[in-house]
Amino acid sequence: MTPLIEVRGLCFRYEDGTAALRGVDFRLDPGETVVLFGPNGSGKTTFVLHLNGLLSGEGTVRVCGLPVDKRNIPEIRRKVGIVFQDSDSQLFMPTVLEDVAFGLLNRGFDRAAAISRAQAALATVGMSAAASRAPYHLSAGEKKRVAVAGIVAMEPEVLVLDEPTASLDPPGQRSLAELVSHLPQAKILVTHDIPFALALCQRAVFFQGGVIAAEGTVEDIVSRFDWDFSFGGSKLRH
Amino acid sequence: MHHVVLDRWSRGNSPVHRRDPRAKILALAVFLIAVATAHRALLLLAPGLLLLLAATLIWARLPLAGVLARAAVVVPFAGVFALISGLAGDPARGLSLMAKSYLSALAVLVVGATTPLPALLRGFEMTGVPRFLLIVGQFLYRYLFVISEEAQHMRKAAAARGAAARDWMARDLRFRAAAGALGVLFARSHARAEDIHRAMLSRGFVGHFQPLEPIRFRRSDAAFAVLASLAPILVRIAVERAAR
Repeated sequence: MTPLIEVRGLCFRYEDGTAALRGVDFRLDPGETVVLFGPNGSGKTTFVLHLNGLLSGEGTVRVCGLPVDKRNIPEIRRKVGIVFQDSDSQLFMPTVLEDVAFGLLNRGFDRAAAISRAQAALATVGMSAAASRAPYHLSAGEKKRVAVAGIVAMEPEVLVLDEPTASLDPPGQRSLAELVSHLPQAKILVTHDIPFALALCQRAVFFQGGVIAAEGTVEDIVSRFDWDFSFGGSKLRH
Repeated sequence: MHHVVLDRWSRGNSPVHRRDPRAKILALAVFLIAVATAHRALLLLAPGLLLLLAATLIWARLPLAGVLARAAVVVPFAGVFALISGLAGDPARGLSLMAKSYLSALAVLVVGATTPLPALLRGFEMTGVPRFLLIVGQFLYRYLFVISEEAQHMRKAAAARGAAARDWMARDLRFRAAAGALGVLFARSHARAEDIHRAMLSRGFVGHFQPLEPIRFRRSDAAFAVLASLAPILVRIAVERAAR
């Protein structure tokens, strides 16, 4: 089976000299949902930005068999959709419908088709009623749903969600988990949210110092790295 | 928030709202030229032009008092120069400056309050304004709200740490804190701009925005353009003849 994403020996250094990735090997198969855990600054977000060519380091990254290079970038960006951590940075068009249709129009869809697909994507995330609203009038949870719709509308094969539950209240987190679980794509989640990962992911990968330190089930990785606050939380009570 | 109110007004549904943005841009340009080049009988002409704009606002079903009050935002700026003219012994020039500034601001506001920004920018683009400039305008408009919210958060955080104390020393500190906050705000805006650019590239942005709804210039738009452009010219001719 051809993996959807195959990464070998990926290294990346920022302009200021910080080595963010030091040889990452990774594979994502169709239908999988994988969570990337790891401390802040361990390279998780840098890693996912390589998956649709927003950053380019040494090593090889292949998406659906295609190497991520300049020639394939438009095709790669059709296949890998990233929902960024800060929805405000993703929702830049004046209305929700225009924002969701943005990627479709860039892909060359005619206006009628773009509107119809954008409306369908908004219906998928339960935000049809907000189509004509301005993004800055929405709540954090609504913005996240619209940001997901903007990516889902493009029908990518891989969905990457960077810190999807950050700034969402518990009902918002639960409802986002339900929404994401119903999306058919393979998914990569970057999160510190253990219940969210437990609800959605079959596999966990732990980043540390720019490399993948371990892989396993979510429960296994959480217990090996003592990665759940609630394990030690009770000790803090006086 | 000021631009949120403007956004709500611009998404109304009246005969003026429905006109092609190019028709309104043309009428605005003629109006501004008619105001800027008027010298004689300006104090008679100003009420006539004000009535014209007020009639447009009523036709557009916009709150007359609200729009008139918001156009007064230019008064403090123009007022300084009017005051200088007055002190220099030319109060008529000062008054004329005030009247011209207010009328011009009101005319711009009438167009802004009857045309959603995306349509307005599209109209400007189709009339030959550089696209890059318009994209900058669109982003400024979109992120004004986010940046001002960040500034409010920083102000509250500073106040929570005692930045509101009123003695001289604290005021000095407050200025320094404000300067620091401005620097942080700039750095954050820069980081946000990079994030936005990444988000755009990741959805296949190729350097220009594709409009979702096409703009069509109909006969009614042509009629509006002609009438709205002629109106300030006719008012000016009538007033200047009467003043002879």
